[in-house]
Amino acid sequence: MLDKPTQNGRSNGSYDGKLVVEDLENLTFQVHRKVFVEPDILEQENRAIFDKCWIYVGHASEIRNPGDFRTRHVAGRPVIFCRDRQGNVRALFNVCRHRGAVVCREREGNTRQFYCIYHGWSYNTDGSIKGIPGDDAYPPNFNKKGMGLVPVPRLEHYKDFYFANLDPDAPDLHTYLAGAKDYIDLVVDQSPSGRMEIISGVQEYDMKANWKLLVENSVDDYHLVSTHATWLNYMRNSGVNVTPAKGHMLPTKGFGKDLGNGHLTTDNPNYRGRPVARWISVYGEDAKADIDAIRNELVERLGEARAARVADTNRNLCIFPNLVINDGSSVTVRNFTPVAPNLMKVTAWALGPVEETEAQRARRLHAFLTFYGPGGFATPDDVAALELAQQGYAAWREVPWTDLSRGMGNSQEQLATDEGHLRVFWRKWDSMMSGAPA
Amino acid sequence: MTKPIDHASTVTRDEVEDFLYHEADLLDRWKLDDWLGLLTDDASYYVPPNDKPEGDHRFTLFTVADDIVRLRERIIRLKDPNCHAEFPPSRTRRMISNVRITGTEGDLILVSANFAIYRYRRNETVPRLFVGCYRHKFKLTDAGLKIHERRAILDAEELGAMGAVSFLL
Ligand code: FES
Ligand SMILES: [Fe+2]
Repeated sequence: MLDKPTQNGRSNGSYDGKLVVEDLENLTFQVHRKVFVEPDILEQENRAIFDKCWIYVGHASEIRNPGDFRTRHVAGRPVIFCRDRQGNVRALFNVCRHRGAVVCREREGNTRQFYCIYHGWSYNTDGSIKGIPGDDAYPPNFNKKGMGLVPVPRLEHYKDFYFANLDPDAPDLHTYLAGAKDYIDLVVDQSPSGRMEIISGVQEYDMKANWKLLVENSVDDYHLVSTHATWLNYMRNSGVNVTPAKGHMLPTKGFGKDLGNGHLTTDNPNYRGRPVARWISVYGEDAKADIDAIRNELVERLGEARAARVADTNRNLCIFPNLVINDGSSVTVRNFTPVAPNLMKVTAWALGPVEETEAQRARRLHAFLTFYGPGGFATPDDVAALELAQQGYAAWREVPWTDLSRGMGNSQEQLATDEGHLRVFWRKWDSMMSGAPA
Repeated sequence: MTKPIDHASTVTRDEVEDFLYHEADLLDRWKLDDWLGLLTDDASYYVPPNDKPEGDHRFTLFTVADDIVRLRERIIRLKDPNCHAEFPPSRTRRMISNVRITGTEGDLILVSANFAIYRYRRNETVPRLFVGCYRHKFKLTDAGLKIHERRAILDAEELGAMGAVSFLL
């Protein structure tokens, strides 16, 4: 059941300082818009959520070879995500031990060492100190060996998705991911060998909106018909059947699900095509046989039922707090970081099976751009919607409550067009912000 | 349609410049159907990702990689009031400079130019600035110069404050 009481319990709707107010008698769920605008709230989020949760760093495929590195930000901290010369995956704070300069300045590359330009300290790819110019000037008890780059307190992965945690006492990643693991499995099962890869080319763009709005938006199927009217039109023009199913807002009846620990997903029968493996007219007639072949491989390897689960459902998965894996028109891995209450930085990649042929890869990327990304047919309108919401919050004192009560009272199932799965996020957010155990 | 001749020598930079200024004017005035008329029937339009400006859209995730079919759909979308990212439409002003004919490729004429596009949006007083270079491939047809391939390469390290690329670069 998605709707269980929060730590904050019941409320008659009057504001007594609570930011997330759930009323199970009157079936209302409200969030105070203060949470989207107040700098204090963001500061508290940084400490209570981003410094405590598993935050996505990168994918193993991005650092295939010893010496490969990518510079990233994790919860706002500069980090080097790399594979050392021995082949171990590392995440090191990209901060010089001498006087704190950022050491590695390139976006990506392959190297034997990380070199700080300020005074010339150098580090091996495992972070250990390599050289300190003029080190004879240091006192005899100076611990040169202990001057390596500092690793992030915790680095763990699930099926090549690497996450860092700044809290040394955090539960392990696999426990943390809870039911989200099953949905990562559905993505990874697209590859015959279980190996997916991040495809070259990254989309990095800002949204002038609070980061939590993108959590909501990524899994909110209620907005599809209005926000994405032109995308639906494009699909229709291309011969894809996007007529709503009887009694539903969308062509298929999909669900919103609670995966535990604040993770959530949509789970929708596909209608919009899938590179693995559901043909739509947009792919062109000559792609039909190839899509069939991909599907046959799935059936052979996974059996009919599992193959259908992988190939015939679309899932927008949100891993608390700020990673989204959308397995829909294509697969996108997207994370987002607040820089101010009204501004976030979004980073998005495409993910695909390593075995894909050139034609399959091109089709996947083409399908990606029909919907996703800053130049896609849908995402720019999401940006518009979120920025409009943020603009509306200028009146948060006078119009203080956001309503998230769609589908409340349906204890058996929540539709993807309901808001039950959004409430999952907000309960987790609320419990972490009030310091209560999840 | 296409003349099997040595066109690079028959097309001058003046003509290419006039063409690009005309194109920019159509785009700034949102005369999008007229703009489509400047393209060949098999034209494509690319905006490479900021981190891989020299990438190939078949192996690299682009910001935009439209064949003519999707480009026509993009125009339909941009003219629709339900294209929320561009409603009210952005006001844009394009500065085109450093225009050069850089060579030929079969019967295609290669053209490069720099651009700076100021984009003003409703409720935003500060423009969003898109700076980069064009790498176009022109074809000389019976109906005059047409764009066969249009590539807008942004200079910035990331899209960042540019946000979405919801209008035509
Ligand atoms: S700050 Fe890096 S060597 Fe001094
Ligand atoms: Fe959307």
